[in-house]
Amino acid sequence: MALMRLLALLVGLLVNVASLAAIEVRSFDDPVLERRYADLTASMRCPLCENQAIDDSNAPIAADMRQRVFELLQEGQSDSEIVDHMVTRFGEYILYNPRLENRTYLLWGVPIALVVLATLLVILLVRARRHASSQALSDQERERLAALLNRKRSS
Amino acid sequence: MKRWLLLLLPLGFVGIALFFYQGLGRDPTARDSALMARAFPAFEAVTLEDANRRVDETLLRGEVTLVNVWGEWCPACKQEMPQLLELADHGIRMVGVNYRDRREKGRAFLDEYGDPFELNIFDPEGSLGFDLGVYGAPETFLVDADGVIRYHHKGYIAPSDVQARILPEVEKWR
Repeated sequence: MALMRLLALLVGLLVNVASLAAIEVRSFDDPVLERRYADLTASMRCPLCENQAIDDSNAPIAADMRQRVFELLQEGQSDSEIVDHMVTRFGEYILYNPRLENRTYLLWGVPIALVVLATLLVILLVRARRHASSQALSDQERERLAALLNRKRSS
Repeated sequence: MKRWLLLLLPLGFVGIALFFYQGLGRDPTARDSALMARAFPAFEAVTLEDANRRVDETLLRGEVTLVNVWGEWCPACKQEMPQLLELADHGIRMVGVNYRDRREKGRAFLDEYGDPFELNIFDPEGSLGFDLGVYGAPETFLVDADGVIRYHHKGYIAPSDVQARILPEVEKWR
């Protein structure tokens, strides 16, 4: 009897977990489409819930967007067409990877510029050091160094 | 190492601190509609009032119109209604989009809270809402006489917004 109750409890738990997963399951005939659907819905940000991708949000608008992605895929549209379709309605905001354009040159450019700048700085510093160490001894000092070294050798 | 290079450290810190500080007061949800300065999307629908009356985007030509997206299920839409009635009293043409709603519920809502709209576009599937980039009601669009979207108010129109934001925008595009 106790075992039965435990079983019933476990089954109850399972049902609860299933009802929590509100994100629908879609079936695809074509595994390529399925892959593209997964990639597209993971790359778009839900406009309402700020930092959730639409593939993982329960917001009604995220469900609408998934539905639209699904329909456009079935119609045979390309990934970039689908992205354009969404961006013309909801704006660049929904892209986790902003596209390269006038407004985003700075965004994409700054990290590259920093890497170039840092590399230049390192090269300059290394050169300066090398230069400095070879110039560090005056002629007098060189003579003295040679004398010291010679004395050590001869003793 | 040259001494003055050390100055860059506090300067860099102050620069970054200022950059973050000016971001603190900002509303992270504020952003322009993607449809700004573009034509109101094409649509075909019936009205909430009359299931046989077909309307399309030409409805919004010829006069500056405020298009308000609302639903019976949306609590902020109820609070917004007095402001919409006030705007209608200023002689502004108002058109509603009854978004993701049921006909009888939408009608009951207007009976209870007032009806500032010339008519309401019935959008039970949210397809016009989708084309407008609506992701939560209420949202309000100002459409000029040529059917171009000129202003977008995301969310609830507060009583102070009527004078401070909506009326100046309407005047600007009239």
